[in-house]
Amino acid sequence: MPAKRIVVLTAEIVLLVLVFLIIIGPMMSLFIWSVAHRWYWPNTLPQEVGFEYWKQALGLRTSLAIGAISIIPAFFLSLSIAIVVVMISMLIAIPAGYALAKYRIPFGPFIMFLFLMPNAFPQQPIFVNLLYIFTRLGLAGTVKGVVLVHILVGLVFGVWITSATFRSIPSYLEEAARSVGAGKVYTFFHITLPLAAPGLLASSVFVFITSLDEFTGTFFIGLPFVNTLPMTLYSSSGYNMQFASVIAIILLIPSILFMTLVQRVLRAEYVGGMG
Amino acid sequence: MPALRLERIVKRYGKVKAVDDLSLEVLEGELLTLLGPSGCGKTTVLRCVSGFVRPDSGEIYLEDRKVTEIPPEKRGIGLVFQNYALWPHMTVFQNLAFGLEIKKLSKSLIREKVNRALALVQLEGFEDRFPRQLSGGQQQRVALSRALVLEPNVLLLDEPLSNLDALLREQMRFEIAQIHKQSGITTIYVTHDQTEAMVISDRIAVLDKGRIMQLGTPLEIYSKPANKFVAGFMGTTNFLHGRVAKIDKEYAVVTTEDGLTITGRGHDIEKGAEVDVAIRPESIKFLSPAEAMDYAREPNVFEVEVARASYVGELIDYQLRIKSHLIRAKGEARIARGVGIRILIKLDADQLAVLCR
Repeated sequence: MPAKRIVVLTAEIVLLVLVFLIIIGPMMSLFIWSVAHRWYWPNTLPQEVGFEYWKQALGLRTSLAIGAISIIPAFFLSLSIAIVVVMISMLIAIPAGYALAKYRIPFGPFIMFLFLMPNAFPQQPIFVNLLYIFTRLGLAGTVKGVVLVHILVGLVFGVWITSATFRSIPSYLEEAARSVGAGKVYTFFHITLPLAAPGLLASSVFVFITSLDEFTGTFFIGLPFVNTLPMTLYSSSGYNMQFASVIAIILLIPSILFMTLVQRVLRAEYVGGMG
Repeated sequence: MPALRLERIVKRYGKVKAVDDLSLEVLEGELLTLLGPSGCGKTTVLRCVSGFVRPDSGEIYLEDRKVTEIPPEKRGIGLVFQNYALWPHMTVFQNLAFGLEIKKLSKSLIREKVNRALALVQLEGFEDRFPRQLSGGQQQRVALSRALVLEPNVLLLDEPLSNLDALLREQMRFEIAQIHKQSGITTIYVTHDQTEAMVISDRIAVLDKGRIMQLGTPLEIYSKPANKFVAGFMGTTNFLHGRVAKIDKEYAVVTTEDGLTITGRGHDIEKGAEVDVAIRPESIKFLSPAEAMDYAREPNVFEVEVARASYVGELIDYQLRIKSHLIRAKGEARIARGVGIRILIKLDADQLAVLCR
């Protein structure tokens, strides 16, 4: 084996180890914490391990010491909110993104910028004001209100990514469809939409994860009646590291599943002819 | 009745007139080429015909049907794009079947028509390939057959060969001409390549600044250019500026400022008019020493000095000095004429066009 090749191989291995340490390392500590019954200094590993906290989190056992929080309802609440948010956001983002990409709309760039606004300023003052408005509308403390807030925050990814996707589809592909007899609507559903599918999926992933993770808006608008998973994580983590770790891991699951699914579809779509 | 008629089409983009009061009749079954440099308006004309651009004024007729206001999908016009515009998420079969499915034809009829269209472009057996699995030439043929499978009234081809390499381009020229002959579809072909236009066209319309400069058969356009622009665009041309001294039937005798007297063909020219004489390299004949003795006193024979000579394969590309002018000429490669040599040339008066300024 030539010397140069050995150097390259060594560098690759070192890089791989570093990547694992940086990405997987902190996650490992999460996993260890979630099964640690007792873990005090100076021990490197927990003195006592078990699934007590997992059982409590999943509602299989209640214990007064922790406060008998079951995270199952919170998990399903978060999941359903995220799904509804993705659906509504995409229903807005697909037509909006298409229009912004394909037509010369007055103040187009300004409209694009408007979608960024909720994320361009410190969120607390925005949501405090929103709480005031939502209270008058009777939306504060309701799931409806929380869904609206998540849409507000997530729409920037929805609209920006979809409009970039539509812009990347050359108009001659649509014109070719028109020239063989397809109307505007037929062309959109048979040519534009299938070609945009990978980008639309990517944008819905962003919206989904944004909703699942959303904290500040939910904190002001939702609490104390709407307890999403991040809210539960926040209220318990102050007291109990193990419980927080369990919630954090559970919070990761839908994201990982969604990402895996999307990656599958994306790859199939590209193999299908995007190349 | 013409298959397609454009009546006084005007299209402005801002202050620029992309198409300037253009009228044109395309005859049933002919292949007409819109030829011109980029920005001459040829693509805008094509987009007006296909329906993606609405002219500011003027009317478009398909046979006797006025289609100016009709959307592209209802015009029944086939379109082939410069970059093929095949749908990447569909197989070759699906690409071809797309338009037929909209027409709600039966599955078996669609299959039959697709097979026939693919056979026409010699792509049988490629039905299940995706566009990216095909070469550029094959993609172009699929694009052509996608337009032909619908049996359009008129076929529009927008610089269909410009993305192919030189060798394939030459081959595809003949193939398109062949397919046009077989299908007999009225075709408008847009290109900026004059050789391409010469090879495939029944008629050529030379465009500049949104106007038709000349409309005619390839031979007419090449041998009797209507003006300096057309003469210059149809290939390397030398222009000598002068004034008409005498008119003799269809010939005009022109004298230049430095005292050359040249005879060429010209029509609608008056004595005393300022003109350009267009001299193509191939209309310049080098005289051998023997010939020189006989011809020396004849009109259109000039003594020149070789200013530059470069080999381009089968020919030598010369720059010749006549008095204050430099002109390009082509000579056989086997007879080398070195720089600085003085020789006689003869210009064929029938091949020289005298053009009004």
